[in-house]
Amino acid sequence: MGQAVPSAAPAAGVSQTDRIAALEKQNADNAVAIAAAQTAGDNGWMLVSAALVLMMSIPGLALFYGGLVRKKNILGTMMQTFAMAAVITVLWGLVTYSLAFGEGNAFIGGLHNVFLRGVGLAPDVKYAATIPLQTFMVYQLMFAIITPALITGAFAERMKFSAMLLFMVLWALIVYSPMAHMVWGKGGFLNATLGGRFPCLDFAGGTVVHVTSGVSALVTALYLGKRLGYPKVPMPPHSVVLSFIGACLLWVGWFGFNAGSALSAGTLATSAFVATHFGAAAAAIGWSVAEWIRQGKPSALGAISGAVAGLVAITPASGFVSPMSALWIGLIAGVVCYLMVVKVKAAFGYDDSLDAFGVHGAGGTLGAILTGVFANSAINPIFGAGKATGLLEGNGHQLLNQAVGVAIAWTLSIAGTLVILFVVDKVIGLRVSEEDEREGLDLSQHGEEGYDWAH
Amino acid sequence: MQKIEAVIQPSKLEAVKDALVEIGVEGMTITEARGHGRQKGHTEFYRGREYSVDLLPKVKLEVVVADDMLDKAILAISGAARTGTIGDGKIFVSKIDEAIRIRNDERGEIAL
Repeated sequence: MGQAVPSAAPAAGVSQTDRIAALEKQNADNAVAIAAAQTAGDNGWMLVSAALVLMMSIPGLALFYGGLVRKKNILGTMMQTFAMAAVITVLWGLVTYSLAFGEGNAFIGGLHNVFLRGVGLAPDVKYAATIPLQTFMVYQLMFAIITPALITGAFAERMKFSAMLLFMVLWALIVYSPMAHMVWGKGGFLNATLGGRFPCLDFAGGTVVHVTSGVSALVTALYLGKRLGYPKVPMPPHSVVLSFIGACLLWVGWFGFNAGSALSAGTLATSAFVATHFGAAAAAIGWSVAEWIRQGKPSALGAISGAVAGLVAITPASGFVSPMSALWIGLIAGVVCYLMVVKVKAAFGYDDSLDAFGVHGAGGTLGAILTGVFANSAINPIFGAGKATGLLEGNGHQLLNQAVGVAIAWTLSIAGTLVILFVVDKVIGLRVSEEDEREGLDLSQHGEEGYDWAH
Repeated sequence: MQKIEAVIQPSKLEAVKDALVEIGVEGMTITEARGHGRQKGHTEFYRGREYSVDLLPKVKLEVVVADDMLDKAILAISGAARTGTIGDGKIFVSKIDEAIRIRNDERGEIAL
């Protein structure tokens, strides 16, 4: 019999029973230590990811959008995103976390976790077995923050701050929480891992974040109407420099958004990280080449917009596809979103000021469908080891599930947003007065000037 | 006393300033301006939309000189500012009724 015990040499008179007991204790201690190490690694990554996603909103999106508007609206635009960081956080803690991730039915969570009851430091094994539930909660919160912030791009330069706040609170309750619940919540109708009727593959929020925000953005732009003077009066971005900085922060932050959606620091996070990066790069190239051909010069604004479009499209696919597939998804998204923004928008004439629909709505829809094409069990055996996941692997049926997810996102967004717009318009009025719009949001809504030239 | 207003290319400002200092004209006022005469602007593209930019950056220089310095000053400015292409700018001359030095109330040509 081999002596495999590395610890203390058997003392004289120590019985075999005692040694077995000591071994069992050591085993149990080791198991605890291993779990703690696993948690430390996963939790460390997840907390960093949460911070990265918040950075995507503030200052990432704030700067990206801010640079695209006229200078009289810079602070107003950034305030809209910043306000989400504050308001959505409180709402999440009070009720929307529970509605999104609490136990409920297939469409919405219940009120079991209001005021974050039951959301402590122990993991919830159904969501993420190695990290505190509070980490999961705060990570998801950052998604809940950026999603409504994306919508602000559609109604830039003409929405009342007060109306926007009310709109966003209602939108978080009526559109975001149910969609998040359906795709990611326990028993959600579209949840691919926790018993969804139509398992829709959405790794990091292609439908939950981008389709909902993009489609809601379109509805809002149509409802509110065009900016004064649009499209005759030139309204070019006042600072592509700010937008550039914002877009780069978005790219880096997106690693938290996608790779963090692995909910662990393991190999799936690596797959998602790599796919995200490759998707962004290919899309930047796709948009730039399309622009180069069509207009003669590749612009900085085009390159960064392309990267963002690619990041949007790769979002639902990130934890399911290979790096090469990610290149394809990015390339297609770069070209398609470019055409959406320069041709389709002009053809229909709507004033989606910052292309929230063109990039997020269209990019998200495209990405969700392409996820059904390129998803592969070799990257993520989500339906079981060796079970074909996407079309190219032999499971064409998945495209139906993806389509259902996209259709639900579109329907919920359109219906919910219309109702909310109608209500808010009746209660406090959505749009700033003509005079306020001419003066600019900085002065009319916030009593400030973003750039004070006189001093 | 005569006032000279010269609208010139921003890239020529240093040369014009040096030329004026060289002939003894030390006081001047510079404003950043936008404008065009017959010079065409350019187009910029943002997300597929075309924007014509035809108000071009210029510099406006104002100096007041004694009557006997007028011709020398005009020559200095136009010599330094000229490139020979459209967009070089223009010089305007007008008569000044009075000049006063704020520090010590000196008036007339000695105040220049």
